[in-house]
Amino acid sequence: MDALRRTGVTIRKAGPGDAVAGVTPRLVALPETTGEVAALLRVSAEHDLAVVPAGEGTKLGWGAPPERCDLLIDTCCLTLDGRSTVEHAPGDLVVRVSAGVPAATLASLPGPSGLRQELALDTPLPGGTVGGTLATAIAGPRRLRYGTARDLLIGATVVLADGTIATSGGRVVKNVAGYDLGKLFCGSYGTLGVITEAIFRLHPVPTARRWIVATLPSPAAPGAGGGPDATAGPRALVAGLVTGLASSQAEPSAIELDWPAPHGDLTLAVLVEGRAAEERALPLRDLIGGHILGDGAHVSDRPPPWWNTLPGEEVLLELRFPPAEAGDALRAVAARGLPARVRGSVASGVLHVAPPPALGGPELSAFVSSVRDDLGRLGGGVIVLAVPPEPGRTVERWGPVGALPLMRRIKERFDPGRRMSPGRFAGGI
Amino acid sequence: MPAQTLDEPIRRFREFLGPGSVITDPVRLRTYECDGLTHHRAVPAVVVLPESAEQVAAVVRVCDEHGVPFVARGAGTGLSGGALPRTDGVLIVTSRMRRILSVDLANRRAVVEPGVTNLAITEAVRDQGYYYAPDPSSQQVCSIGGNVAENSGGAHCLKHGFTVNHVLALEIVTPQGEIVELSAADPGYDLLGAFIGSEGTLGIATKVTVRLTRAPRNVTTLLAAFDGVERGGQAVSAIIGGGILPSAIEMMDALAIEAAEAAVACSYPEGAGAVLIVELDGPVEEVAHELGEVTRICRESGAFALRTAADPAERAAVWKGRKSAFAAVGRISPAYIVQDGVVPRTALPEVLASIDRLSREHGIRVANVFHAGDGNLHPLVLFDDREPGAGERAELVSGRILDLCVEYGGSITGEHGVGVDKSRYMTKMFSDDDLDTMQLVRCAFDPRGLSNPGKVFPTPRLCGEVPGVRRGVHPLVESGRAEQF
Ligand SMILES: Cc1cc2nc3c(=O)[nH]c(=O)nc-3n(C[C@H](O)[C@H](O)[C@H](O)COP(=O)(O)OP(=O)(O)OC[C@H]3O[C@@H](n4cnc5c(N)ncnc54)[C@H](O)[C@@H]3O)c2cc1C
Repeated sequence: MDALRRTGVTIRKAGPGDAVAGVTPRLVALPETTGEVAALLRVSAEHDLAVVPAGEGTKLGWGAPPERCDLLIDTCCLTLDGRSTVEHAPGDLVVRVSAGVPAATLASLPGPSGLRQELALDTPLPGGTVGGTLATAIAGPRRLRYGTARDLLIGATVVLADGTIATSGGRVVKNVAGYDLGKLFCGSYGTLGVITEAIFRLHPVPTARRWIVATLPSPAAPGAGGGPDATAGPRALVAGLVTGLASSQAEPSAIELDWPAPHGDLTLAVLVEGRAAEERALPLRDLIGGHILGDGAHVSDRPPPWWNTLPGEEVLLELRFPPAEAGDALRAVAARGLPARVRGSVASGVLHVAPPPALGGPELSAFVSSVRDDLGRLGGGVIVLAVPPEPGRTVERWGPVGALPLMRRIKERFDPGRRMSPGRFAGGI
Repeated sequence: MPAQTLDEPIRRFREFLGPGSVITDPVRLRTYECDGLTHHRAVPAVVVLPESAEQVAAVVRVCDEHGVPFVARGAGTGLSGGALPRTDGVLIVTSRMRRILSVDLANRRAVVEPGVTNLAITEAVRDQGYYYAPDPSSQQVCSIGGNVAENSGGAHCLKHGFTVNHVLALEIVTPQGEIVELSAADPGYDLLGAFIGSEGTLGIATKVTVRLTRAPRNVTTLLAAFDGVERGGQAVSAIIGGGILPSAIEMMDALAIEAAEAAVACSYPEGAGAVLIVELDGPVEEVAHELGEVTRICRESGAFALRTAADPAERAAVWKGRKSAFAAVGRISPAYIVQDGVVPRTALPEVLASIDRLSREHGIRVANVFHAGDGNLHPLVLFDDREPGAGERAELVSGRILDLCVEYGGSITGEHGVGVDKSRYMTKMFSDDDLDTMQLVRCAFDPRGLSNPGKVFPTPRLCGEVPGVRRGVHPLVESGRAEQF
């Protein structure tokens, strides 16, 4: 404690509100510079303190609880140089930010001649910080066009467990010098060190946006023909539509669905953005209209209310699958007959599922493992992003991770003392 | 390591690869002595031509067992000496791993072996209206494995991104001989992203799952002629500043144009001190609108001639000069160095002016051909290798250009990689701590440092050494899980 105070960084005692997936740290530090983070980590190394970095805390309940947590490093107050938190170079379409900045801040930055620029990374959790977004590798609808944080990140500064400050990449979009440490920290759940700064490439904010929205029958509902596999029709419909839309030369930026499984209607929403968005929306509308009966699809200049939101908070799964298997992935969710909200980037093969929050440990585990088995057969997988502590104790969060042995070796090199967010990730990492 | 100690590994290679896949004949070995950067040469002790991941893994395991260094080689077009062999080591060439294993249009992906050429992927799916987006100029010959190692880009990466944005999964053989799958769909550390661009130092890619991109409905190419690079540069800034993201923006200066005209008679507008090639792709309505904007911007920036190419033949004519520029320079100069550096786009005018100054100061001509949209310079530094001292002066100018790139907050390489060529410049961009941290990744993958040693990093620490704060013996060494070399 004294040693931590001697760093000059603001330190306070932690309260229950600071808990990380149910584990309350002893102390919270509020460093203002990368140098201060390094000082904290050096002291932590000397005193064998376990450290968890945290942003706004929107995703602190994600990942497994840390085995121990002495010090929470809150990135809220981090700056680039003791003063500013955002350094925007509009002419270069590049922004440098400190990790504690809410990612939403980067959704609209002033560009030249009155145009706006954005980090083309939708953040489904309002308030989530840049650091937290990178560490959990979360992304929203437009991942279809722009990729995820790792595709937009061009430079990063991190502080390792022993206090070493390391920077990789830079402020130019095209750069192949050295290993890309920033990417390594994407999806690291705080287990490799603290991300203190990031540099992103930006895109011009599109001049117009249009959403094409259509309602489809539940993919778990029996189709017209009946027969041995009655749901084959509706499932094929979803898969066929997703494949058709994704390969359309109208170049949609996002293809999302929202579905109250197992019996509700499914809503499909497609985003077209840029110049001539309205004209480009029409062939997509017709493409959908050609597949479905009833009112067909309509074009709107507003997103549906669920756009870029997660289907639940307390219990949240992430499904991955080859996009053409979307129909079967949805069936896997419906197969157990539980009410679950399904939402996400279907054409990227990523869906989030919120099972009923009241589900007990054994039921949740059974649900997860059956969906996981089915998705495994499709060449996909399931991870449990969020789960309350109690059912969390028994549910297998990650499933098989092919490169786990290599990840372990990375962890051993970066944090041999296992002090950075120990146990937060798969295989005890 | 003296060559005779390779006797046993070579015997083993012959055993499981068959004698036809193991080359030790000095004449044949010679053909592998360099890659595209021909002034670095080394004859490998042995070359192996595996046909499967299992064979690659078996070779690597023997190397690991005997402590023999190995280097992967694709097509050998690399321009930084990344595939430079080790005289005491094994060169693992992927030229017999050239199968396209599957094409899955519904999921917009293909799985290919590492020796498949970049263009072969596009050719396999072109008729169905798809292509593989990253397009290095060497795409007819370079291998996808080499692209992965270098994180290669191309003229169109301005809009479409680099190799790392288009590879969904890799099967790799680690430097210890395990076969591991790295996938973008896996949770946890983005090892896929870390491996891509690691220049063969983290293992060998044996299968590559690439994303296939739907061909755009429309492609339009504009050629604009300016009196000099300054005005061309202004146009570039105005286009990007105007919220337009063309698929490519390429620029050539007067000397590069002169060379191209002499070589391929590309008939660029007479009197051009710089030409800009702007390519737009996408839905028809969008391209039409953007073409209008770009045309207006070029005019306002002082373009005195504009040509639009709307069909493949016209487009090929516009690109002809640009694509031939490197080779063309060979006709106006007995020797030249191809440099590759990056500056923030807004710094282009100042940096080009500084390059011009350097050129005049040292009496060394520099032709500029570059990916202007993303600030990736490819200065061609011309010299006469028969003239005493000219080579050294050219080297100096070439090196000073990299210094400029770093000074302006850019990079020492945008696409050709570090290899052996630029490892000494790494310390200009990165601190010791940065490099030591990268070394941690290296050590996790390759604790014995056998995979393409001597590349990328200037005198790296050995894996047992603890960087930064000294903490005594590394716990892995102490616990017997790792050795110190
Ligand atoms: C005329 C010309 C134009 C070029 N234009 C471009 C361009 O526009 N953009 C661009 O980015 N580059 C360009 N290059 C550079 C070069 O073509 C690329 O770097 C290319 O990716 C190298 O591929 P290769 O198969 O020839 O690799 P090689 O030269 O054989 O090897 C390159 C590196 O990759 C490693 N490697 C090879 N295969 C594997 C594998 N399977 N697993 C792991 N490591 C491996 C090697 O060890 C080496 O370090 C150009 C080169 C030439 C000669």
